[in-house]
Amino acid sequence: MQTYDLATGTLRELNSTLHAQNETTNQTAWEIANPKGAHAIACGLDAPIEVTVRGSTGYYSAGMNQQATVNIKGSAGPGVAENMMSGKVIIDGDASQYAGATGHGGLLVIKGNASSRCGISMKGIDIVVHGNIGHMSAFMAQSGNLVVCGNAGDALGDSCYEARLFVRGSVKSLGADCEEKEMRPEHIAILQDLLTQAESDVKPEEFKRFGSARNLYNFNIDNAY
Amino acid sequence: MLAFDSTSGLLVRRLEIKRILNLREECRMCGIVGLFLKDKSMEPQLGALLTDMLITMTDRGPDSAGIAIYSAGKEDLAKMTIQSDTPGADFALLKDDLNKRIKGGLNLRVQSTHAVLELRGDQVVLTRSILKEIRPNVRIMSTGDSLEIYKEVGLPKNVASQFNVASMSGSHGIGHTRMATESAVTTMGAHPFNTGSDQCLVHNGSLSNHNSLRRKLRRDGVHIETENDTEVGAAYLTWKMQGGSSLGEALESSLEDLDGFFTFVVGTKDGFGVVRDPIACKPAVMAETDQYVAFGSEYRALVNLPGIEAAHVWEPEPATVYFWNH
Repeated sequence: MQTYDLATGTLRELNSTLHAQNETTNQTAWEIANPKGAHAIACGLDAPIEVTVRGSTGYYSAGMNQQATVNIKGSAGPGVAENMMSGKVIIDGDASQYAGATGHGGLLVIKGNASSRCGISMKGIDIVVHGNIGHMSAFMAQSGNLVVCGNAGDALGDSCYEARLFVRGSVKSLGADCEEKEMRPEHIAILQDLLTQAESDVKPEEFKRFGSARNLYNFNIDNAY
Repeated sequence: MLAFDSTSGLLVRRLEIKRILNLREECRMCGIVGLFLKDKSMEPQLGALLTDMLITMTDRGPDSAGIAIYSAGKEDLAKMTIQSDTPGADFALLKDDLNKRIKGGLNLRVQSTHAVLELRGDQVVLTRSILKEIRPNVRIMSTGDSLEIYKEVGLPKNVASQFNVASMSGSHGIGHTRMATESAVTTMGAHPFNTGSDQCLVHNGSLSNHNSLRRKLRRDGVHIETENDTEVGAAYLTWKMQGGSSLGEALESSLEDLDGFFTFVVGTKDGFGVVRDPIACKPAVMAETDQYVAFGSEYRALVNLPGIEAAHVWEPEPATVYFWNH
């Protein structure tokens, strides 16, 4: 286990040290002490390493992640796991706005609540939120799965394309062109797999599925301003 | 809610998402901190705690900084905080000059470019007009029984040490670090803004209808000094309250009448309130323990508060007015 203390070291040094790890590294387990809400912690990782952050982080932690597993033992500021490509990011507390935005792959697990714009423009990432999510979540979501074990705020899935949105609790309102969809056996299977990976024991049968009504797919000249 | 017209086309939506993602940058501009003490024994530390919180927010707002601090005045005297760019000339004989005109009792405490006048409540209006006559360059930062406002251009750490904020005690306070977007970097463009006796406002965001609202308020006789958007927000709240609204009601109606992005933190004699616009792009984190309620634009601002590890930490909901009172 390698330990890096942000109370004595610098963020830049920490991130360059983590960036220097490659697929053959022997230093696979890292612990970061005293994050104290600093920005961009463990950003841009690209190696099969496990990073544990002992506390809460500020903006853009674990952004652009590839291969690595990042576990934040606190809450995360805006833009956590933004544009993730692969790997896994787990937040033990809450996540601020646009968690997992534009993510292409990998799994983001938020054990508390997520704020507004969770999964905005998601492009293949899987996001599992144990609690609730805020307004405008999955706006223009293109692909991937958003699983919400609690409730969703206003305008869920506005203008979404083909992402699957699963909500167990209530949905305050659906965004434009988002509708409830039939839950078929393949969806239950996808959901069960994600819930297991996210260490949630809620039942997939308790969820509803939402997705695109596909009315906005083609440009309609009558809709132009 | 955020109304994307369901009939609008996908192209328009593409532009919308670009705009929303670009707000990522804007949401890192300006910092707000606030601390409301429940535990009276912490009052001597208020200034030191706020100073630390304020300096943490320097990279959100290096242009100017300000602080509003509430502490009980002497023997029921009112306070008027004033500012001058030439404090030596303006403040030297001011106490005597004013006492001659208002017939005694007034005290003056100079703090760098600012000074606090301590006077009877019924002398405030008269003193204001005399100041305008005998010291036309002196500007009034705040009036009230408990409130003092200090603000200047410069890095937060310099502003805080200029006024020795760390040595101040009080029951609650609000600070702001500004990254200017809507108007010039000046003392009067710095926050907090005094919105009425013992009331102040700080703002993170940008109001997009401030020009039309300023014209409307000026037509109604409201005095607005600068081209700053937040001053319009402050004047709007004052105008609403003069019309009979409570501060809570004025904040509720601001959600209707103000267009743009904002997180407002308001201070009153007894407490403070927080409201975010419905889109809630501007960040806000709250922390509460048995000893205090704290506000920060980021969690970073709160990390050195005592007992923060065990505090209840959350983000205020959009379009919801929060209040804490003594």
